[in-house]
Amino acid sequence: MPEERKIICTACPVGCFMSVSEENGEIISISGNSCPRGKEYAKIELVDPRRVFASTVRVEGGALPVCPVRSKYPVPKSKITDIAKAVARVKVKAPIEIGQVIIENVCDTGVDIVATRSLPARQSVEVSQGG
Amino acid sequence: MSDITVDVAVIGAGPAGIAAGVGAKEAGADRVAIFERDWDLGGILQQCIHPGFGLHVFGEELTGPEYIHRWIDRAREAGVEFWTNSMVFHMEDDGSFWIMNPSLGIKKVTPKSVVLAMGCRERPLGALGIPGTRPAGIYTAGTAQRLVNMEGYMPGNKVVILGSGDVGLIMARRMIWEGAQVLGVYEIMPWPGGLRRNIAQCLDDYGIPFHLEETVIEIHGKDRLEGVTVAKVDKDRNPVVGTEHFIACDTLLLAVGLIPENELSRMAGVEINPITQGPFVNELLQTSKPNIFAAGNVVIVYDLVDWVSKEAERAGRNAALYAIGQLKQVARQIRIVGGKNVRLYSPQFLSGQSDATIYMRVTQPIEKRCKAIVEPGLYERQLRYARPGEMNEAHVKLEDLKALGDIEEIVVDIREA
Repeated sequence: MPEERKIICTACPVGCFMSVSEENGEIISISGNSCPRGKEYAKIELVDPRRVFASTVRVEGGALPVCPVRSKYPVPKSKITDIAKAVARVKVKAPIEIGQVIIENVCDTGVDIVATRSLPARQSVEVSQGG
Repeated sequence: MSDITVDVAVIGAGPAGIAAGVGAKEAGADRVAIFERDWDLGGILQQCIHPGFGLHVFGEELTGPEYIHRWIDRAREAGVEFWTNSMVFHMEDDGSFWIMNPSLGIKKVTPKSVVLAMGCRERPLGALGIPGTRPAGIYTAGTAQRLVNMEGYMPGNKVVILGSGDVGLIMARRMIWEGAQVLGVYEIMPWPGGLRRNIAQCLDDYGIPFHLEETVIEIHGKDRLEGVTVAKVDKDRNPVVGTEHFIACDTLLLAVGLIPENELSRMAGVEINPITQGPFVNELLQTSKPNIFAAGNVVIVYDLVDWVSKEAERAGRNAALYAIGQLKQVARQIRIVGGKNVRLYSPQFLSGQSDATIYMRVTQPIEKRCKAIVEPGLYERQLRYARPGEMNEAHVKLEDLKALGDIEEIVVDIREA
């Protein structure tokens, strides 16, 4: 018996309602997508759902006390809680450059956590504010 | 008296202001300066650390800080001047304005043209009139987002979210990732305020309950929030007796709408549209004052920053053309009228000088095939659905408009097919 699953595509802001029918773990048909990216999304979503993880890390001596980071590529959804905990434990020294690797191969996913902004040290900002 | 004379001045260095600066330089303005009250550039995108930006402009999904980083680089390469720590606090009706800067003091800026890019603000608790106490622990979603993502504070542990705007949905997931419990999202309307994919990836992924046609009717707690009473609402959005129940929580986040920020525009005498709460603009993004242009969420609240950037770049280009005397002044403009199912739209006028994109939101959702139209006969496009939470667009070609001759108004609408 084919099984029908409903998923909302998150590949772009359109958010298509897709229906995927499966039999014995194989995809028989995908419908409701309005572009080829939807089909790809559905295939991956059923066997290995992945998400980009985005959070912040603590910063020492920075213009801000935290710096935003992301997983460079999507990581397995099932590992997100572990990754969130690993990221929460990290403290990084300012200055930070955008793209800088903050955690290599986070939780053995093969994906790095990288900084998503540049953050100057605290001192340089005080000067530019004119004291 | 003037301290600073520029060709194009832009107020605000968020996504709209920065793209307007790029557009102005590209169109040939000599001196283009962006004035920003923060010490850093990027506006609200600095705190939007989640991915979802740039699919249209850059062909890939970036986080907010990454998206704006690219635009800042483009602006610097183009030779845009950035004035940070520079708060514009007063605007004259000729478009000149005053800034306050901690090292320079108070200075007057006299530009040939201005682009307003002050963005929007969140609707606060005071706008909702919810009975009960006013304890600590109630934040707009954007304030909570700033606390968590830029200042490193957690607003609380047991969270209820009122309203389903995108920032609220994004914050639901964010609070979960930071270890909080999110007890539910309550939306008074029968449909979600935000994008469908944010319901999927922020609520459904984490099993967060989403309640439509339910709202918070009372706030409890003396010093700190202790809980809220929620209830179902009827079709007139009045609470239904007997459906009330108490939810214990220490944090309430509000995602109940965004309002264009036009205090400066009003000071300058720019005419404001009471529906959008942004300036009336034509397809050049020119306001009722010919030397003042407006870009981004100060005009109308967009769904995607990509659209903000594209529109703002255009506003900047036109502001530059005005500054260098290449923009024609037209005596009479064609009025755009919204049809029955259009709640808000922008622009409201056509000067008949370029092709136009009209952005609009529907009043009622249509969950079947429908069409976006511009009459008489200027545009028609089939849509699979139309939802209030998701903006639609229509395009008008200048040649088609010219072919109509001397018309006074055109109508935009979204109707069942």
